[in-house]
Amino acid sequence: MSRILAVAEQRGGVLRAASHEVVTAARTIAESIGGEVHAALFGPPGTESLASELGRSGAVAVHVAAAAGFENPSPDAFAATLADHVRGEDYWAVFFPASAMGKDLAPRVAARLDVPLATDATALEVEDGELVITRPILAGRAFARISINAGTRLVSLRPNTFRASDSPAAANVSAMTVTATDEDRRAVVTEVAAAAAGKLDVAEASIIVSGGRGMKGPENWPVLEALRDALGSGAALGASRAVVDAGWRPHAEQVGQTGKTVSPNLYIAVAISGAMQHLAGMRSSGTIVAINKDADAPIFKVADYGIVGDALDVVPALTQAINALGSA
Amino acid sequence: MRIAVCIKRVPDTESRIRIADDGNSIDPTGVKYVVGPYGEFALETALRLREAAGEGEVVVISVGAAAAEQLRAGLAMGADRAILLKGEPGMDGLATARALAAELNEIGADLVLTGMKATDDDQQQVGPMIATLLGIPCITVVASLDLADGRIEAHREVDGGVEHVESSLPAVVSITKTGYDPRLASLKGIMAARKKPFEEKDAQLGESRIRLLGLTYPPERPEGRIVGNGADAVPELVRLLREEARVI
Repeated sequence: MSRILAVAEQRGGVLRAASHEVVTAARTIAESIGGEVHAALFGPPGTESLASELGRSGAVAVHVAAAAGFENPSPDAFAATLADHVRGEDYWAVFFPASAMGKDLAPRVAARLDVPLATDATALEVEDGELVITRPILAGRAFARISINAGTRLVSLRPNTFRASDSPAAANVSAMTVTATDEDRRAVVTEVAAAAAGKLDVAEASIIVSGGRGMKGPENWPVLEALRDALGSGAALGASRAVVDAGWRPHAEQVGQTGKTVSPNLYIAVAISGAMQHLAGMRSSGTIVAINKDADAPIFKVADYGIVGDALDVVPALTQAINALGSA
Repeated sequence: MRIAVCIKRVPDTESRIRIADDGNSIDPTGVKYVVGPYGEFALETALRLREAAGEGEVVVISVGAAAAEQLRAGLAMGADRAILLKGEPGMDGLATARALAAELNEIGADLVLTGMKATDDDQQQVGPMIATLLGIPCITVVASLDLADGRIEAHREVDGGVEHVESSLPAVVSITKTGYDPRLASLKGIMAARKKPFEEKDAQLGESRIRLLGLTYPPERPEGRIVGNGADAVPELVRLLREEARVI
């Protein structure tokens, strides 16, 4: 029976949402080819206790690589371990989350296994028994349909694009042999800046509140932060290129062709006019809201809902209305 | 200290993109090609490291049939020599990484810098693949970098924050946007570039194992609507987000 391996991800003892997305996508493909889904999970000793949760979205087996030092992503050590596991198991495909961790891990596994890799897929189908992958290029200005000529197809999946669904299976949990050596620990994380802990990367957020130059200055960002906080823990801040170039916000928040390409469920563009390279980076979002003073701004052409008005009036009112929903 | 910088020829982000009539490639008509923006940050970083050390060599290298112009731009910025690996890099990043790794093995660089990603294929994979093939460590998405006593200290931009990573050399580092802008080539730099060593070789790409079945434009978004003006429109927007779009 063909098997697909879904690489799950945990942080601080909690499975990340992308894990169930990847397992669900693997299950959908496995159903078309008559196969089954296994999952892989990395973490410190004790991570085994999270493994059975992956049965919820359909994994029938979970291989756990637990080792001291796996608290933080350790891409070389994970890759050595995972590549050895995949070599011994004859998987038809391995799916990774295209998260910060997955984008670090997948290319290393691909090079070790000598098979190509498709990054950041937004759709998967099976045609004539072959896996057909759709992925954006040029920051979403075009989409490529590709197939991989290899016995094991390696693909990373864009977060928030493949919906997770339940299909409970009793997952058989087993240990994956950690085969990393000292050679795989030459690059070590020495410090994680406090601000980073628990914050969501804009590329992985399900809701993005993005600010542009019309915000007038970095001193007005608390207005956007308040809206982000009102929208819950799946929300993150984004920024236009103009704002990053002006030094108001860090580049890590930039959405667009020289920043991140994103597909959240909800994208709120605040005081962003909508340059082509920005639109390319966010137009595959589920629902787009634009708030802009200029009724002719190009952002309104891709927005589902628009409000013409001053961001500093509209956004606080929106934050208040959303907070009121929560307490209702 | 020898630093190799891998750059790629890509369409300028401001260029209009049209799919060619074959449905399988980008129509080059009217497209301006440039050094990939992250590759430019990588090259600037290499030049700064060389200047800070007061010695060393910066080698720019590219896989591409038509990347000679971008390598000359790299020489004009201040790289010492260039190597063009002739061949068409496709979406099989591992094939590109193999061609680069074979050449980098000969160059014997202490440090290899790449852009965080090429802004055409957006695969974000060649840097870590090169490192794995060469059997050396890799640090990705690095916004600043220091060298001391044969070690690297790098600051990565991940998960909305900063991570400090240390590594031994040699290593591969992929560079994101840095705190400084790439320098513009001076006229003197452009003149000097003409006299710098420029090697051309065939890229050992092998056969691509990623098959491109076709390119399409992103689906058109349905016509949206203006809900209203100013803060007065907020209640209606919230209602639509809840009841129609069901996203909050």
